[in-house]
Amino acid sequence: MALAHKTTMERPLDMEWVSVMLAIRDRQDTAAFARLFRHFAPRIKAFLIKSGASDTLAEDCAQDVMTTVWQKAHMFDPSRASVATWIFTIARNRRIDMLRKERRPEPEELPWGPEPEPDQADVLMLQQESEKLQAALIQLPEKQRILVERCYFGDMSHSEIATQTGLPLGTIKSRLRLALDKLRHELKQ
Amino acid sequence: MTGIKHHLNDALLMAYSAGTLPEAFSLVVATHISMCDDCRAALAAHDAVGGALLEDTAEVELAPEALDKCLAAIQALPPKGPIKLPKSMTNGSAPRSSVFPSPLAEYVKGDVEDVNWRSVGLGVRQAILPTSKEASVRLLYIPAGAEVPDHGHHGTELTLVLQGAFRDEFDRFGPGDIEVADPNVEHTPVAEAGEACICLAATDAPLKFRSILPKIAQPFLRI
Ligand SMILES: [Zn+2]
Ligand SMILES: [Zn+2]
Repeated sequence: MALAHKTTMERPLDMEWVSVMLAIRDRQDTAAFARLFRHFAPRIKAFLIKSGASDTLAEDCAQDVMTTVWQKAHMFDPSRASVATWIFTIARNRRIDMLRKERRPEPEELPWGPEPEPDQADVLMLQQESEKLQAALIQLPEKQRILVERCYFGDMSHSEIATQTGLPLGTIKSRLRLALDKLRHELKQ
Repeated sequence: MTGIKHHLNDALLMAYSAGTLPEAFSLVVATHISMCDDCRAALAAHDAVGGALLEDTAEVELAPEALDKCLAAIQALPPKGPIKLPKSMTNGSAPRSSVFPSPLAEYVKGDVEDVNWRSVGLGVRQAILPTSKEASVRLLYIPAGAEVPDHGHHGTELTLVLQGAFRDEFDRFGPGDIEVADPNVEHTPVAEAGEACICLAATDAPLKFRSILPKIAQPFLRI
C-alpha cells in the first residue's frame, strides 16, 4: 500500500492531464483534445445544469467551453493550476456570461517571468497538491461537501442558499469555514 | 505591493471564485488581488476547490455527435497568430506610473486624471462606475484630513484604498488595504493628513447616514 501511494504521489494523475494539455498547446494534437473532451465536457455540462441551465443550453455551452480550452491552450500554466482548475475557471466565466449576462472583472495579469517554461519541480508540486485537495474534498463530511458544491455550482450567494435551504446564514457560514479549515489541514499533512 | 495589512476574507474569495459576486464587488476584489500577492495565491487555492469539485462531479453525457461538432469547430478556427505580449512589455518604454490596476483602469477608461469626478460637498468627490444594478461601486476622493460622514450599513460595504490612507474607529487603512464593513458596523472614515485619499467603494445597499443633511442628500447624490 505504502509503495502504491508513493507511486501515485510521484506521478499523480493530474500530471497525465498536464501532458494531454501540453500536447494540445504545443502540437495542436486533436487526439489529445478528444481525450480531454471525453473526460471534461460531461463534467462541464453537469456543472452548468447544476447552475440552472437547461440541458440544451448546457450542451451548447459545454462545447463552447471546450473550444475556448483549445483556443486558450497557450495560456495554460501547469505551475499555477491543474487542468481541472483551469477548465473550471473557463466554465465559470462562460456561466457568468450566459446566466448573469454581466462582466467579471479579472485581476491584472502577472508580468511574464524571464523563463517561458515553468520549473518542473514547481509543476509537480502544484499538481500533487491539487490531487491532495481532491482527496480531502471527498473526505469532507457530507453536509459540508454539499454546501461547498452549492456555493461553487449553484450560482447562488450565501444568503440565497440560506433562503433556499432554510438554514440560518450563520450556520452556512460556519459550515463553510469548517470545510475550508479541514481542506487546509489536509493540505498541510 | 507589500505592507498590505487588511485583506479579503474567505467568504469574498470563495464567492469571487465561484462567480456569484455582483459585478461591483467583483471589481473591488479583482482590483485588490491585482495589488496583493497573498490574496492572489489565496484565490488560486479557492479556484482549486472549484477544479476539484468539477473533477469529482457526476457526468452528464453529451449528444453522441458533440465531440465531432467540437472538433469541426476547432478545425474551422483561424490559425493562431503569434502570442501577444502585454503592451507594456513590447513598446520598450517603461509603463507610465499608474494608480489604478488594470481591472479598474478598464472601467474608468484611463487613470486618476481621466476620472469624471462629481462634487458631493465638503471637498469630497465621487465617480460612480457603470456595473450591473445588484450593487454599486464608486471612486471616492477625500481631501487630506477630511471625513466621510458617520454612517452605518444596510448591507456589505467594501472599501479599497488606492492612494493615501484613512482611519476610522477600527484601524488605519493604507494603499492596497481593504475594509469589509457589514450591517453591524458604524464608522466615520477620516483621510489622513498629507495626501488626498482615493478609494474604491462598493455597496449592495444604500448607506445609512446618521446626521440629517446627508439623509436628505443621499437620494440626490446616489450614495
Ligand atoms: Zn490581500
Ligand atoms: Zn462605510
